[in-house]
Amino acid sequence: MFPARYAREMPHRYRLEAHKCKQCGKVFVPRREICDKCGATEFEVIRLSDRVKLVTYTIIHTPASQFKDQSPYALGICEFPEGVRLTAQVVDIDFADLKTGMDLQVEFRRIQTDGHEGILSYGYKFVPVI
Amino acid sequence: MEGIVGYGAHIPRHRIKVEEIAKVWGADAPSYKRGLQLREKSVPPPDVDTITLSVEAAKRALKRAGVDGAQLGAVYIGSESHPYAVKPSGTVVAEALGAVPDCHCADYEFACKAGSEAMFVAMGLVKAGYIDYGLAIGGDTSQGAPSDALEYSASAGAAAFIMGRENLVAEIEYSNSYMTDTPDFWRREHEFYPQHAGRYTGEPAYFKHVTGAAKALLKKAGAEPGDFQYCVFHQPNGKFPMRAAKMLGFTKEQNLTGWLAPTLGNTYSGASPIGLTAILDVAKPGDRIFMVSYGSGSGSDGFIWKCADRLAEVQNLVATTRTLLDERLTYVDYGTYAKYRRKILKNY
Repeated sequence: MFPARYAREMPHRYRLEAHKCKQCGKVFVPRREICDKCGATEFEVIRLSDRVKLVTYTIIHTPASQFKDQSPYALGICEFPEGVRLTAQVVDIDFADLKTGMDLQVEFRRIQTDGHEGILSYGYKFVPVI
Repeated sequence: MEGIVGYGAHIPRHRIKVEEIAKVWGADAPSYKRGLQLREKSVPPPDVDTITLSVEAAKRALKRAGVDGAQLGAVYIGSESHPYAVKPSGTVVAEALGAVPDCHCADYEFACKAGSEAMFVAMGLVKAGYIDYGLAIGGDTSQGAPSDALEYSASAGAAAFIMGRENLVAEIEYSNSYMTDTPDFWRREHEFYPQHAGRYTGEPAYFKHVTGAAKALLKKAGAEPGDFQYCVFHQPNGKFPMRAAKMLGFTKEQNLTGWLAPTLGNTYSGASPIGLTAILDVAKPGDRIFMVSYGSGSGSDGFIWKCADRLAEVQNLVATTRTLLDERLTYVDYGTYAKYRRKILKNY
């Protein structure tokens, strides 16, 4: 991943920062300039909770090249209490134990490695609650 | 008064048993288990490294401290497995915790005592009044060469401590350091795995420095082993810390709570710091804890902590160290372990 793009995404990938519309309260990740619900342009920065519900998931057997060594892996869409849904890997769990509606928590993990010489990219994954 | 305001640990859920490693190399598992007093060790999956362990441990520490990341004046990480050769681990951790930009940040290295170094310096800055809160982390995804004795112990984990002056969970009473130039364990640049000097790592290295630091600390404090409810020492295996405790006059009972090596392995810079978190999880206000780290090369840092009333309020705010160590474990075979630890050469 290009370092400049990676750095731009740090607020939401590292800290789960979201933008909450000051007018209607809709929450966005990543940030937006205009609220698609009410058209307002002013937002406050909030941090999402670290507990989520698994909405749906799939098992990836044929991944993109940078994730080849991790396959097969589970990819889930999870809903945060703030109403936002995010997609990330679900790890540290047997596939047979995955259930839609189950509680998961967010954990900071290495997402990808840019070959032997490039930067290491970090962000969030979902794991069972402990 | 200065001390620990919040603390936390993080340990990967994956484990490998001594028998699984011994099977591959034709070694005698019972003799390793008996000799090193190890049963299994934690294994970091490929998406876990010193940075991710540090972030998760620090999040628990911040929650127990009731402190926001932005209040941290310093972020220090001690490790011998920083993911980058050039680029700090601390900047990633500080960014993830929201501690940037008004924060002093450094990565420490001193073999297995890099974590206690971070604690020593963060505490010093708090005492000097330079910062209100300092985050000190000891963590590693330790390396051990295939078939080497180290492979049975080298594991992964981290502990984090928020040092401050108010709302303490444990006050620092005394600290000291003890070091000499002792070539017992090293890793040259560009080498994957550390080398060690076999039996020389024992008496002239580990035991000399751990007991040397401990005796000096006891003298400084005017204390005796019986004055403490708990002790914790660096634990490269299960055997060494038990023997060091006995040599110094501590009992097995004082040492048991922080003695995690038999099922955790050697988390290098995280070893005695994680042991301290396990003690803080169960200690009572007024209890005194005697801690001595060890880092090859060689040196030891010693601390005497006295638990404060607030400790009881924060112990169960997040997962305890024993929970992380004992629950929801996934056991892996040697092939999976070799893949996770990048021991398989893909020559294509």
